[in-house]
Amino acid sequence: MTLLSIEHLNSHFMTVDGIVRAVDDVSLEIGENETLGLVGESGCGKTVLALSLLRLLSENTKTDGRVIYKGRDLLKLKEKELRGVRGKEIAHIFQNPLSSLNPVLTVGFQISEPFLRHQGLKKSIANSRAVQMLGLVRIPSAPDRAKEYPHEFSGGMRQRAMIAMGLACSPSLIIADEPTRGLDVTIQAQIVELMKDLIKNSGASMLLITHDLSLAAQLCDKVAVMYSGEIVEYADIKEFFKGPAHPYARNFLESVPSRGMKPIRGISPSLINPPPGCRFHPRCDCSMDMCKSVHPPLTEVKDGQHARCLLYA
Amino acid sequence: MLNNILKRSGIFCMVLTVSTSLVFFMLHSLPGENAEVMAKYIFLGNVELNPSNEEVQLVKEKFDLDRSLLSQYYSWATNAFHGDLGRSYKTNAPVREEILIRLPATITLALIAVLMSLLIGMPLGILAAVKQNSTTDYLCSATAVLGISMPNFWLALLLIMVFSLALKLTPTIGYGGPSHLILPVVTLGTATTAVVMRLTRSSTLEVMRQDYIRTARGKGLDHRDIMITHSLKNALIPIITMVGLEFGHLLGGAVIIETIFAWPGIGRLLIDSISARDIPVIQGTVLFITLMYMLLNFTIDILYPIFDPRIGGS
Repeated sequence: MTLLSIEHLNSHFMTVDGIVRAVDDVSLEIGENETLGLVGESGCGKTVLALSLLRLLSENTKTDGRVIYKGRDLLKLKEKELRGVRGKEIAHIFQNPLSSLNPVLTVGFQISEPFLRHQGLKKSIANSRAVQMLGLVRIPSAPDRAKEYPHEFSGGMRQRAMIAMGLACSPSLIIADEPTRGLDVTIQAQIVELMKDLIKNSGASMLLITHDLSLAAQLCDKVAVMYSGEIVEYADIKEFFKGPAHPYARNFLESVPSRGMKPIRGISPSLINPPPGCRFHPRCDCSMDMCKSVHPPLTEVKDGQHARCLLYA
Repeated sequence: MLNNILKRSGIFCMVLTVSTSLVFFMLHSLPGENAEVMAKYIFLGNVELNPSNEEVQLVKEKFDLDRSLLSQYYSWATNAFHGDLGRSYKTNAPVREEILIRLPATITLALIAVLMSLLIGMPLGILAAVKQNSTTDYLCSATAVLGISMPNFWLALLLIMVFSLALKLTPTIGYGGPSHLILPVVTLGTATTAVVMRLTRSSTLEVMRQDYIRTARGKGLDHRDIMITHSLKNALIPIITMVGLEFGHLLGGAVIIETIFAWPGIGRLLIDSISARDIPVIQGTVLFITLMYMLLNFTIDILYPIFDPRIGGS
């Protein structure tokens, strides 16, 4: 069963230098109880895609396409109806917990807000639920910690607090943006374990955004590779790790330290003037003449694996 | 914390010593002898007449004014430390009483002007920030620029002309019932209101750009909740600093405004004592104004951690 289906989503920023096509004609599906990993290098549009879904981008962004969640198009919902979805049915775990938590409010209060807003609980009850949530994400002496402010938490604890805040109202879909970024390896492993458990127990679906392929391997059922605002490969996680189809996905995998740490030559293209034809062709080892002019469609390579490459068209 | 208080007290004493000694030595370096001024008041009761040499000599002996300035300052400071600021040359009343009598007038004026600036400036600032780049925003900003640019003595005269003389709605000058407060408060409050408005606008805009506001939106909070719980408390931090300084300034006596409106406050006392060369009163008033400033700064420093838990605390 499909829980969320993204159809032909575009998110463009109007800037003085021109239109930044951060998300360009992206279509994806997330099934119930499924975790989809969205991977790609920095600046490829992952975060913008995630923020577009709940319309959390700034006002100079133009978003169109369709984001169908349980039969409703989130992009067409009234602001008030959308507020009922945010944090209750779809939760967003933002990247960079230090700046994403309000410095002048206690962590406990910030976690209790979804309860106050969506379940209409009394302050004292919402507060004790927040303490429970902190316990759930394994923060020791949660009742005391709930009274503290974000700056009194360590990096790992702040990330846990963000996760607790996202999971508060048991959402059906969690959008997690780089949940392990900036944490050291042992803390990363703890967060991954925690998220695995929480997802398994709650039965929620998740869109996991990361540039860390090993994280995707541990948590995801499917993976989508994004390059220059487009999805270039979309595959079952097993098929993907057996052998990515798209040359960029292959290079991306080979750039991982455990697989040779081979850098990809060239630099990421501009999102204002992407190269014509295939956007990856200036950096691609398999590039053909045709690649310079023909924009490849996303085609099925084999069962459970799609790639946007002329090799398969 | 204890360390902090000790450090602060040290600075406190230093600022007091420097400011009072500066005033003391400046006053005594003015042309004309101190003893002569005193003799005028004591023997003649009139500043226009000149006392005889004998009379000046008598005063010098009685008040021990032949000593060095340093030792005179020392005895003034010791007495001041014990709460004795000396007596006014002009009225012979204790300086402390002269100040305390005028304090209520100044406090009333300052308090109401600051309250007015907060009650009007903050909502307008938030409104301008929420409706950024709209007509409302431009209108608020333009009014604020006007408010800041108008010299307050000019505004005072303008208000008197319009509201007292032409429309006869308010008393012109003087101290009495609530109606006497209107014009001085409006004059004093206008600039402060404008500054508060602009500061509120810019700090609210700054806060609205922060990631945690997006988090709050992501939780499904509505605009009102975001403004009140998430934005305001953060935006208040720079406003408190500014209002504290402004309040200190007003408590020190709005010298010009008090003079124009014949308002019997601290500022008026200072001006009167300067023109009468009433040295003990000038000294005492300056000491008092310095104290007020420092006490307010101290209070603000204590208030900070309440609004911003990252400051102080553990």
